[in-house]
Amino acid sequence: MHPAFSVIFLTTLIGAGQGLFLALFLVESLSIVKVLPQQTGAFYGDGSLFALALLIGGLVASFFHLGRPERAWRSATMWRTSWLSREVIMLPAFMLVVFLYALNHYATGDVSSASVDGEVQMTVLLGITGVILCIALFVCTGMIYACLKFLQEWHTPFTPINYILLGMMSGFTLAAVYASVTSPAISSFYAGWAILLTVAAFVFRFAALMRNKRLKFKSNVQTALGVRHNKITQKTTGAMGGSFNTREFFHGKPPEFFQAVKIFFLVAAFAIPLLILLVSSSSESFLLFFIAFLIQYIGLVAERWFFFAQSNHPQNLYYQSIS
Amino acid sequence: MSQLALVIDLNICVGCSACVTSCKQWNTSGLAGPMVDENPYGADPTGTFFNRVQTYEIGEYPKTETLHFPKSCLHCEEPPCVPVCPTGASYKRESDGIVLVDYDKCIGCKYCSWACPYGMREFDEHQKVMKKCTLCVDRIYDEKLPEAERKPACVMACPTGARLFGDVHDSESDISVTIREAGGYQLMPEWGTHPANHYLPRRKNHSHIHEDELIRVDNPLNREDIAKPDSTEPSLEDW
Repeated sequence: MHPAFSVIFLTTLIGAGQGLFLALFLVESLSIVKVLPQQTGAFYGDGSLFALALLIGGLVASFFHLGRPERAWRSATMWRTSWLSREVIMLPAFMLVVFLYALNHYATGDVSSASVDGEVQMTVLLGITGVILCIALFVCTGMIYACLKFLQEWHTPFTPINYILLGMMSGFTLAAVYASVTSPAISSFYAGWAILLTVAAFVFRFAALMRNKRLKFKSNVQTALGVRHNKITQKTTGAMGGSFNTREFFHGKPPEFFQAVKIFFLVAAFAIPLLILLVSSSSESFLLFFIAFLIQYIGLVAERWFFFAQSNHPQNLYYQSIS
Repeated sequence: MSQLALVIDLNICVGCSACVTSCKQWNTSGLAGPMVDENPYGADPTGTFFNRVQTYEIGEYPKTETLHFPKSCLHCEEPPCVPVCPTGASYKRESDGIVLVDYDKCIGCKYCSWACPYGMREFDEHQKVMKKCTLCVDRIYDEKLPEAERKPACVMACPTGARLFGDVHDSESDISVTIREAGGYQLMPEWGTHPANHYLPRRKNHSHIHEDELIRVDNPLNREDIAKPDSTEPSLEDW
């Protein structure tokens, strides 16, 4: 498939935003049961607005993917059958809850995390709703790709699992960056989680790579044409100057570039951030955490490029050579 | 419930592309607006087509065959492109099974083209919507046309009669009979899309000429004492 940068930025930005929100609510939950010290309302409020900014960034990026963005509202209608439609509903719903979560934290101030007289606070209710919507949004994003059964590289439970893990990984690294400025005491807590999630994400992403390496394609040129012969050579595609079919479904880069991106994303998204986080986890250093996040994010952009590029669409069987 | 479809006879198709140009002409002149051509006279001409003829070479020289392969939307009975559409712009008509796109609802997200294993959809780079073969829905029901012309433009144009049009749900329709009798098949049956369009395979007539038919064994001019050519195979006389 041809990787579209609009979709690459959509999925990586909202992934980081979702992960950041989960990280914030994790600390709020743990502070209620007094495992972690209580944070200020502004800590949650600013953090949620930061997450919201990333979600908005992703949403804006997604509009560049549409031919007719002015009709985008229509895409919420077919949620019964379309995962894309479900994502279109989940994203604004999640954004709304994140916004309300931030507002409530600003409103209730510094005592928000404690439950007063056994009463459950509004922020907790909103937080739980946010977590549910956040996971649902991850699943929708992953299923958009995983539900296409003939794109065999994507049609696996690894796809939604990796969207969840990779998003949380970058979100928690970002949370460590954020906490190192706003509440340095818990930045090492986030860094610890970021390390765990980076390892988990690497394990599952690597497993997906292994799976795809051994993939047996169900379609071949014989089934595509219905001709039983081992040697079939394409002479024309029916269009001399290329067509939508030759532009949309091929990444168009040499195989060396493709392999290089794979190695780059394994190093940049997992290895280097892991090293930096391990070295600096207790340092509370903004600079080191920020460098770790930046490299990880660039690695994730490469990961997403590779995710699209690796997928072989069966229609490519009809476009093997242009003449 | 009917399911309109095309049957394409690969044994007859000569790859002239008359169906391609006639499809383009009809559909670019319709109410839905033109099908864009980019750079039509330049170095890299490209454009929107609903129908293309591809050419394949089967086998290795000197034992090769040329296969001309017309390729257009198969109007699947289980179209994977329809449920993924987020706006409902892609739909399959209940009445005749034609898969269509409502160009006024399409947001151009291209997700349906990813969901079609055959790559039959084309994005219009000017109108920014996804387009596809309509089976000439604006032609086949047009009562102003003589009945014999109420067929898709590609079928009308084919000079060899390689394209047949009809209802595959009607067991006695011409195309159903042809599919049954001439071994019609579907493309990529492994995905369970149940394409309505069928292709008829290339067929060869093989004739076997027996040696006896070249050298007449019961030639009265032969003398009985002249030995017949040695043959381990049974001769026609043995029957």
